[in-house]
Amino acid sequence: MLIGILALVFALARLIPGDPCRAALGERATDEICEAYNERYGLNEPIYVQFGIYLNDIAHGDLGESFRFGVPVTELLVERLPTTIELSITALLIAVVVGVPLGIISGYRHNSKTDVATMIGANIGVAMPVFWLGLMLQYVFAVLLRDTPLALPPSGKLDAGLIPTPFYEVWGWPMNGFTEFLAKFTVMNALVTFQWEILSSAMLHLILPAVALATIPMAIIARMTRSSLLDVLGLDYVRTARAKGLAERTVVVRHALRNAMLPVVTVVGLSFGALLGGAILTETIFNLAGVGKTLFDAITSRDYTVVQGFTLVVAVGFVVVNLVVDMLYTYLDPRVRVS
Amino acid sequence: MSDPTVPPQPPDEGMPPTNVTDPMPAMAEAFAFEREDEIERAVGEGFAASGGDVSGHATGGLWRTAGRELLRKKSAVVGLVMLTVLVFLAVFAPVIAPYDPNEVLFSEGVAPRDAPCIHLLGCPDDQPQHILGIDGNGRDYFSRLVYGARVSLLAAFVAVTFAMVWGTIVGLIAGFFGGAADNVLMRLMDVLLSFPSLLLAIAIVSVLGPGLINAILAISVVTIPQYARIVRSSVLSIREQEFVAADRALGVGTWRLLWHRIFPNALTPLVVIATLGIATAVLEIASLSFLGLGVQPPTPEWGSMLAAERNQVFTAPHLVFFAGLMIMWNVLSFNLLGDGLRDALDPRLGR
Amino acid sequence: MTQATANGGPVLEIRGLKTHFFTRDGVVKAVDGVDLTVEAGEIVGLVGESGCGKSVTSMSVLRLVQDPGRIVDGSIRFQGTDLLGLSDKEIRNIRGDRISMIFQQPISSLNPVYTAGFQIAEVYRVHRNMKKGPARDKALEVLREVGIPDPERRIDAYPHELSGGMAQRIMIAMALAAGPELLIADEPTTALDVTIQAQIIDLMRDVREDLGTAIILITHDLGIVAEIADRVAVMYAGEIVEEADVETLFTDPKHPYTRGLIGSIPVAGARREWLDVIPGRVPNLIDLPPGCRFAPRCRARLENDLTICTEREPALLDVGENHTARCWLYSEGRR
Repeated sequence: MLIGILALVFALARLIPGDPCRAALGERATDEICEAYNERYGLNEPIYVQFGIYLNDIAHGDLGESFRFGVPVTELLVERLPTTIELSITALLIAVVVGVPLGIISGYRHNSKTDVATMIGANIGVAMPVFWLGLMLQYVFAVLLRDTPLALPPSGKLDAGLIPTPFYEVWGWPMNGFTEFLAKFTVMNALVTFQWEILSSAMLHLILPAVALATIPMAIIARMTRSSLLDVLGLDYVRTARAKGLAERTVVVRHALRNAMLPVVTVVGLSFGALLGGAILTETIFNLAGVGKTLFDAITSRDYTVVQGFTLVVAVGFVVVNLVVDMLYTYLDPRVRVS
Repeated sequence: MSDPTVPPQPPDEGMPPTNVTDPMPAMAEAFAFEREDEIERAVGEGFAASGGDVSGHATGGLWRTAGRELLRKKSAVVGLVMLTVLVFLAVFAPVIAPYDPNEVLFSEGVAPRDAPCIHLLGCPDDQPQHILGIDGNGRDYFSRLVYGARVSLLAAFVAVTFAMVWGTIVGLIAGFFGGAADNVLMRLMDVLLSFPSLLLAIAIVSVLGPGLINAILAISVVTIPQYARIVRSSVLSIREQEFVAADRALGVGTWRLLWHRIFPNALTPLVVIATLGIATAVLEIASLSFLGLGVQPPTPEWGSMLAAERNQVFTAPHLVFFAGLMIMWNVLSFNLLGDGLRDALDPRLGR
Repeated sequence: MTQATANGGPVLEIRGLKTHFFTRDGVVKAVDGVDLTVEAGEIVGLVGESGCGKSVTSMSVLRLVQDPGRIVDGSIRFQGTDLLGLSDKEIRNIRGDRISMIFQQPISSLNPVYTAGFQIAEVYRVHRNMKKGPARDKALEVLREVGIPDPERRIDAYPHELSGGMAQRIMIAMALAAGPELLIADEPTTALDVTIQAQIIDLMRDVREDLGTAIILITHDLGIVAEIADRVAVMYAGEIVEEADVETLFTDPKHPYTRGLIGSIPVAGARREWLDVIPGRVPNLIDLPPGCRFAPRCRARLENDLTICTEREPALLDVGENHTARCWLYSEGRR
């Protein structure tokens, strides 16, 4: 599986047409310079040797060096990954916190006004293009509501001029790749070091992109929760629970919901993939230097190693999230525990 | 078994008939084909005929019942109406659109991003009417929007058809032959599925180069696993059923079996997924075009129209708003229709 | 465990019960005027084909009928109180405590994500206000009572780890946990193997002997009824068509439908050329035929050339001591 992902990532990156040397060096690229350049990055070797080298490097945690920026890909990742993780997690949180209760109410009050309204909303929600929603949110909150308390910043990560102090400086910890990585989680960093101004600015900047990104998964989760709860409410053991004399609340919460959440958990895991795809669009629109935007820029500028490295990280991240979901599922459902 | 003088009980009256998949008609029919040597023709006409004859009359009835069910579902009807409007726009675009979508109208005295001018709403009669205004390149926005329906519908439809055909082939092979073929193919599908679909589509387009055809191709490839999985699981569940066993016992060839017995049974879930898949494809084509990887200007396409005006969202929001609204309209109509189809075709859900 | 019925009257008295389902295609009269009385400690068999309304009747007793079904008329007196007049909270206090139910599919009737012990203990927690610990001890006790081998291990088993028979014992344990006066068993053995069926039947008989619990046994299996029931009510198309004690019913069935049912049981050793099968099928409960509901399938009607059957519906008539049948064959004019 992993080899498959690696091979596909490698193949796709190498198949991107165009010469990386000329793309990276532009006008300055003469044949001699390019020769040296290719030599340096191993681009003259046969393709399978390149793949072997690539695998070996990965095993050593080396994702190569960006052709364009001349810095290791891992360094770029340390800088850009936290933005995306923060954005995705916030979005997923919004999606779950809003989507699940809406789904429950709709499922339980089947065919009520709330149900109909939620389902109409959910249908519209899944149909909205992320980039359009993002732009519209920008327009509404940054233009229409500009001078009201509801105004929200339309782009970037922080207000101009604000520079957060990394927690390792505050706490006197050593600065290394890992602490640097952690410090890039702007919200968390500000929170643990009590930089309130930064915290509020970071959170305000996060709201619009997170909401834009959350809409589709939210709608999917609400629909899934609803239909799953509807299914479960008709099952034999729910009837048993009622026949036992349990209060309706207990029947729904303890007996129906626990089971109804099982497929929802899977859907949450899967929507993480959609979320990462959406992150490319959202980050572009909200001008956030995260994985998605970097990846997109790298593809258009043929920065092979960055494409490889970032795609790999995203794919692996997706696989890992789904593994975690499987584990959670095992915990929630005793039936799959044995196997 | 019984005394002939005793009036026998009518065989099918004692118990309500519960067995739907009676192998007999299937067998009889297989014979009929062999005898009349009509295999070639039957395969050629396969679609309409084989959709109905899997379990005697039941399936033909299923589609009709499904149609009736569908019309009973409010949301499905809404979807159908919305889609009809869109198809109408696409087909009659030259009649509906007042201008050529690519015609630059500066000579008629318009400026880039002129506000909408609607005579009925008080726009002076001496100004030319542009109900949704002018885009950044001096073209009639409404006309471009109308023509956009053509691109969007066509591209999504082609993408899904392509994905469905390949997914079906992969799923049939994997499910029917099992073993190594199954293993290799489904592993490959798993690998494709382990990428977020938009990311993979972007990567593929960047390999093939930007453009409508390549974007369609990329979106198809990304969705092949969905179809393959569904067809495979249908095949697995049908393969062991009686009527297939009966066919096999009669020596019906493998490919015939696949095409006549197994494919029609997988068709129901396929149709549902394909309808919903068109919605996704519409979104992804628009997304790729928005990123500049799909449809290239000046072809009127909603995603790329949106991208062209995205930096003007603060000054001319209508140029962004309506293109997005059209995308949403399109996606919504297929989603509603797909959901309705699923409810109507899924006998498990009953009423 | 059981309290003796205060006034010595019947445990359950159903009068004129009508439960209808309001579907898109029309009103399904699943239960249409059912009278049924259950005395303390009695086992009453309620038999009929699938779809005749026996399960709906039983669900109506505990008011568990779900949308689009509704009890539209009648009364259900449980030890004198009309269950239909109780508040939701009051009926909940009766469910699982004084009247309990077991169902046809024991495994799917248990919640897959909780252990057997947890689900039994729930009864004590809700009806006896016990804490988790003591409730579990009581659950273990009742598991032992229903003769589950190795109860210490089974108490922590999940439903998917149980066999069908074991799961049904768990269900019975759950139903008996609070010592109810009435147990409604809805096809409790249908999904089980024959040997297990016998064990479950024995267990229910023991329950009646030891605890004095009255039982309504709903089934389409006349063999089981013959084995365990004291009295039998036969249901057809939403109505009771015949009622008698078990001996009388099997030796002297009156209603043509009951005769048909009994005639369709294969008897071991008796080689018959064919089994009596009742022709036709259960009528559509939306558009009921006028007159007797069984008339379209009734051979006795043809043999006796009765025209009234398709015109007016017969009432339940006394056809013997404690024996009633809903058939024109036995009406005054015909006797």
